[in-house]
Amino acid sequence: MRAYTPKDDVQAKAYYTDRYYVAPQVPKQEVETDEVFAADLAALKAKFDVKESFIQMKQMIVYINANDIYGVLEFLRDELTYTQLSEMSAIDWLAKDNTFEIFYQMLSMTKRKRLRIKFFINKGEAVDSVESLFRSADWSEREMFDMFGIEANNHPFMKRILLPYDWQGNPLLKTYPLEGDEFAAWYEVDKIYGKEARDVIGPEIRDTARVDRYDSERFARLGFEVPKGTKITGDEKPNTQDYQEEGGVFLVKKFTKESSKIIDDPQR
Amino acid sequence: MAQVKNRLTPFFENITFDREDNELILNFGPQHPSAHGQLRLMLHLQQEQIVKAHPDVGYLHRGMEKMAENMIYNEFMPTTDRMDYIASSSNNYGFALAVEKLIDVEVPRRAKVIRMMLLEINRLMSHLFWLATTALDIGAMTVFLFAFREREYLMDIIEGYCGARLTHAAIRIGGVPLDIQDTFLSQLKTFLDKLPANIKDYEDLLDTNRIWLMRMEEVGVVSKEMALSWGCTGPMLRASGVQWDIRKEEPYELYDEVEFNVPYSDKGDNFARYRIYMEEMRETAKILYQTMDMYEETVKNGQTDLMAHAPKYISAPKLDIMTQNYSLMQHFVLVTQGMRPPVGEVYIATESPKGELGFFINSQGGPYPYRLKLRAPSFWHTGILTDLLPGHYIPDVVSIIGTTNIVFGEVDR
Repeated sequence: MRAYTPKDDVQAKAYYTDRYYVAPQVPKQEVETDEVFAADLAALKAKFDVKESFIQMKQMIVYINANDIYGVLEFLRDELTYTQLSEMSAIDWLAKDNTFEIFYQMLSMTKRKRLRIKFFINKGEAVDSVESLFRSADWSEREMFDMFGIEANNHPFMKRILLPYDWQGNPLLKTYPLEGDEFAAWYEVDKIYGKEARDVIGPEIRDTARVDRYDSERFARLGFEVPKGTKITGDEKPNTQDYQEEGGVFLVKKFTKESSKIIDDPQR
Repeated sequence: MAQVKNRLTPFFENITFDREDNELILNFGPQHPSAHGQLRLMLHLQQEQIVKAHPDVGYLHRGMEKMAENMIYNEFMPTTDRMDYIASSSNNYGFALAVEKLIDVEVPRRAKVIRMMLLEINRLMSHLFWLATTALDIGAMTVFLFAFREREYLMDIIEGYCGARLTHAAIRIGGVPLDIQDTFLSQLKTFLDKLPANIKDYEDLLDTNRIWLMRMEEVGVVSKEMALSWGCTGPMLRASGVQWDIRKEEPYELYDEVEFNVPYSDKGDNFARYRIYMEEMRETAKILYQTMDMYEETVKNGQTDLMAHAPKYISAPKLDIMTQNYSLMQHFVLVTQGMRPPVGEVYIATESPKGELGFFINSQGGPYPYRLKLRAPSFWHTGILTDLLPGHYIPDVVSIIGTTNIVFGEVDR
């Protein structure tokens, strides 16, 4: 019987895990242990609903409500000097509880502190765009849309950014296989030659590690080259390749290692 | 011979070229010698002036974040080389540092010194490459040849260390794989002693050059607010009046032990960025001299360890693996199954030559990261072109792209 593989997470899995192994946790500290963060958190709590907060790796992590995000980031930027949005993206928890975790990595240059604002949204929900607060969110939100399919409300140009506009599927979802799906395999074939050429050309091989040693069409067999389309049996003679004519070319000296001079002092 | 039908063959029958507002749409790239990679720009032009710019990226997208989710931590190290391939050790380092914070190991001092040397050599290589290509874009062929000559010497040193010239993979999680070769310090010293004269050569060629000044001064002005809002970091931010260098503000490795200045300017134009790159090269040379002394000190103190000792996460030294059974077993498990960091999250930013290079890792206790986000500085330095280019003329596009110093391995990941 074939081993069961879950369909909601098709990423690589550890092939062996000790069943008594309990993964340790990266330690978390109370926010009160850092006075700068404690003051920031108190200011945030006065205006917004804070669900959870702690310090991990010297950075504060604050969980808020999804619809507060614009107000929180505006408050952080204008009142608490977190003037840069370094990064934002999502984490896919669809297999666990059908949610995405969105994080916003903030930096305050005057306080020299970094904090992370986080919240959860359900599948199919959109986030509020913060593009009008931080222009950098323009591209980050587009990337998030591209990779996870999470839309941002009020974004001026909600299009894919890294993948082609007519691509289907969101590659960073855990349900998306590493080699791409059916659509990915036919995308370039359809685009360049048309659907009618599918039978002639066949799907794109998207497993980069795949090497077929009997394939004379796609792979160079270094030292054992055969004409394209030859049926390979395995007993081909090695071709010793010489990239210069035996008699020599006018003005060009044949390179031999023995006669060449190696300069060991690069500065001369 | 029959022509092969191909849907990519362009046809123009259904495109109208004249619009009522007399606006011309110019497609720049994705294959353009001065686009520094696969950048495609859709430029809306009024005469020669740009009224709207739309950068289109993704032509080099390889899905590194997806790959990371399917690789053990050590396996991902060579992939990070392919981000900023002009200075690949800095990517290796950023990733190694993030994982080290996650598994909480302390790197031995000698490894730290070697890492700093590699990082600063990479910074020099990157800045020299930037100077060469930007000068070439503007038309200064001599500077290109000079700067590439110097970069070649540095690549020789790096090649002597790790065997590779561009994709180094020279840093491991927990330290460095090798001690530096015997000739490393003497070669580096010869190079550094000559570097000030070299930098002066470039400056003599460029600083008062009329063409260079006309293409650089008052062109591509990034205001402080704009730089902050667009998430600019590194020289882009420092040229716009913010003196922020992560090496100085949030020191990692031994950067708190070395002395160096953080050059900055409040002009924000191309010329300011050029000056910052030149000054940073001098500061880097200063740091390298100090790290050379630090290395000699570790030799004197007999600090020979190169990898951290953390048997749960990092393989024992080769000698132990070859002689001790338990080390061999651990090594086998770490290579075949990979290390399993604790459950938690980390975001670590380092100052790469281009700016803030951040690695966000969410680990769920498995041998693969659950989510890895690569924060590459060039991504936003490309995005800012949307706001930066309008108002400029076509020739300025080339010099602005040049001074933003974008590398597409990093933008598209």
